[in-house]
Amino acid sequence: MRYLDEQTIDFLAIGAAVLGSGGGGDPYLGKLMAKEAIIEKGKVRLIDVEKVPDDELVIPSAMMGAPAVMLEKLPNGGEPEAAFRAVESFFRKKAYATMSIEAGGINSCIPVYTAARLGLPLVDVDGMGRAFPEIPMVTFSLGGLQASPMVCCDEKGNKVVLETIDNPWVETLSRAVTVAMGLSSIIGLYVMDGKTLKEFGVRGTISLAIEIGERIVSANKRKESPVDSILEVTKGYRLFEGKVIDVQRDLTTGFVRGQTIFEGIESYKGSSFRLDFQNENLVAWLDNEPCAMVPDLVTVLDRETGSPITTEHLRYGQRVVVIGMPCAPIWRTEKGLAQVGPRYFKYDIDYEPIEDLMRRRSP
Amino acid sequence: MSYRMGIDVGGTNTDAVVLDVDDRVVAKSKRPTSEDISSGIKEAVDAVLVESRIDPSLIINAMLGTTHSTNGIVERKGLSKIGIIRLCAPSGLGVPPYLDWPSDIIPHIGKNYVMVKGGYEYNGKPIAEPDKDEIKEACHALQNKNIEALAVSCAFSPVNNDQELLVKEIASDVFGTDFPVSLSSEIGSIGILERENATILNAAILRIAASAYGSFQNVLREHGIKANLFITQNDGSLMSVDYACMYPVFTIASGPTNSLRGAAFLSGLSDAIVVDVGGTTTDVGILRSGFPRESTTAVEIGGVRTNFRMPDLIAIGLGGGSIVRYEQDVLTVGPDSVGYKITKEARIFGGSTLTATDIAVASGMAELGNPSSVADVDRSTVKKAVKIITEMVEEVIDRMKTTSEDMPVITVGGGSILLPGRLRGASKVIKPENFEVANAIGAAISQISGSIDGVYDVATKGRNNVITEVKEAAINEAIRAGAEAKTVEIVDLEEIPLAYLPSNAVRFRVKAVGQLKK
Repeated sequence: MRYLDEQTIDFLAIGAAVLGSGGGGDPYLGKLMAKEAIIEKGKVRLIDVEKVPDDELVIPSAMMGAPAVMLEKLPNGGEPEAAFRAVESFFRKKAYATMSIEAGGINSCIPVYTAARLGLPLVDVDGMGRAFPEIPMVTFSLGGLQASPMVCCDEKGNKVVLETIDNPWVETLSRAVTVAMGLSSIIGLYVMDGKTLKEFGVRGTISLAIEIGERIVSANKRKESPVDSILEVTKGYRLFEGKVIDVQRDLTTGFVRGQTIFEGIESYKGSSFRLDFQNENLVAWLDNEPCAMVPDLVTVLDRETGSPITTEHLRYGQRVVVIGMPCAPIWRTEKGLAQVGPRYFKYDIDYEPIEDLMRRRSP
Repeated sequence: MSYRMGIDVGGTNTDAVVLDVDDRVVAKSKRPTSEDISSGIKEAVDAVLVESRIDPSLIINAMLGTTHSTNGIVERKGLSKIGIIRLCAPSGLGVPPYLDWPSDIIPHIGKNYVMVKGGYEYNGKPIAEPDKDEIKEACHALQNKNIEALAVSCAFSPVNNDQELLVKEIASDVFGTDFPVSLSSEIGSIGILERENATILNAAILRIAASAYGSFQNVLREHGIKANLFITQNDGSLMSVDYACMYPVFTIASGPTNSLRGAAFLSGLSDAIVVDVGGTTTDVGILRSGFPRESTTAVEIGGVRTNFRMPDLIAIGLGGGSIVRYEQDVLTVGPDSVGYKITKEARIFGGSTLTATDIAVASGMAELGNPSSVADVDRSTVKKAVKIITEMVEEVIDRMKTTSEDMPVITVGGGSILLPGRLRGASKVIKPENFEVANAIGAAISQISGSIDGVYDVATKGRNNVITEVKEAAINEAIRAGAEAKTVEIVDLEEIPLAYLPSNAVRFRVKAVGQLKK
């Protein structure tokens, strides 16, 4: 067990953006909210999964919406509490703890904010080990857990509790609700007991994110590149080094779909590199061959500072290192890949683990 | 025959140059920067006019590059007490202004804000209708705190600035029409916290800017110069004085931009590393196609997070006035400097402090002042100091580079006499003629710009067609503002997706710049 203080939140936010795989939303806002809550209410207790009794209620909390909207329309502050009260009254049971459903990006920090505000512990776990664009894309789905009942709260004080027949309907209805709420809402979903949490949660992701963030900050202090140190702790690979030469975004589908084109520098000079994304990075193509693919993680880092750059912040001329990291093993099962593999994202390719792809490249 | 004058107010020296229509340097001067800015400008202008012997009325354009007003932010000096009205409620209350600000700036600008009903959704619908009485009440509350300027921010104001304009109108009723008001929609783009921060900073330096630019105007008028007056921005383009008095925050980092642009002009190179050695600090930047490479990370100004585009620079504490001394038997150069007092305190000028410039003279790299006054400095000290200076610069050059390949290095600034003719990592070292006034030359050759800012439907027209259209429109704006058509190019293109709906509306902000017609 450890306590999360203001400084730990700085590390968490940086590490969460690395795990965000290009998406998940800029954690900056969540970081500010979490820090304010900690200053006001005190440090947050981070507990191990094993500490949660089997029959206790855990309510994950998160923020849903379009990243660019969250940069403009900031929360009211009362939403997480409203969300929890709604869920608790539905189950007629008090929450034992809160947790992150998506440790990549802003939703690493929102549960810290909730935990501080409500005086609850935060469980060191999440349901993705990264960020994903759709609500059903959590490990708990593989165990049959439903996202419903789900609650959406907006800054105006509106609350909508959704009870749906399955997860796709949760996605459809909560999206419609969130659009009507102005493309940003605070949500509670995948409410579960301690037993389910232990069986299907991706363990230790909050402390992993903190560790990554701490390594980046300390490398920067020593004026060193943190890339190797990040690869060590995430068991990841360096995929490419280069310069952004074009970013194309298409918003027609309700997701930010697009691709980023890079031009190689140094040992990657002469190579072409492309990253396809749908909110998060999906497939990385080196000289038109895939070198990493969803559900493995692909993240773009600033070449000098190692700071993660999310897809909405990619700009022409940036010098970057692209890294790939293996996903949580549960995603590599048949059921997992059916839900988040390349074919789900309309690619006509079979999933190959990043370890295999990299082994084939290096003679 | 007509002329242009460029003036650069640096931390140590104020430089002035006069260029003719063919961009030849007719005269140049260098004088110590004064505490009040204006007497330093006056002396530099005096000197350059005497040297040029031209009729001052023939100077048709005069450009001033100064980061004086923004130094106020870094040094926490001369800042005004600010009030903020943010139109956002019921959103935004969970993340109030100043959450992430360094605490030492707060006593200077206060922490006075009111969040009122208003703001827009992503699709332009109001989050809440603004309430005039509530806004008026907020103005009175801030007035009671004795604020000296007002900053206004609003959710999604880059999409619609009506509510911010409403606050400005009400504020002018309450505070009077002359009361300074900065609107976030005119300062920055998407990202309310960063835009609001920049707006607060802008409002906080309005007073410093007005007095600096006002004295610049007075000095020139006193000299019989009737030229159009411009202030340089950090992207290498110009603002009128009136505009600069309203948006001084755009001058942040204009000094290094001027020196990089001046170095490009003087050397004829458009891709190179530029090392600008001043009196106290050295700035190293990279030229890409004749413009400074931009920083990719969130830019902090005096510890305050903003979303400006800024030149990517590394600054180190090395300059002509850097003090050279032994500390516990270890020789050090800087980071402290005698600054503008170099002409009194350096050994070669009759002083008693050993400076980096004294080392340059003792080593024979430069001929300046009285060389016999450094004859007693022992050889090994000189050799060691030269090595330290060289290695400091070489290290920064290496950090700025993006490839291991050697690149041309242009050395400019008065202090660049400290640098040897060869540097590790440099394919060649170029010390162009007039290197010591590269900043002022960079200001003088600054360009005139044209901007387009609008929402376009990329779904029906196609992204590429829209981009072509907005680029052309920006180029035409620049030409209308006085740019020479064949010199105009696009320097900034920002794409801000607005609606996550099938309409696919995108806001484009495009900036084109070109040379002023002569």
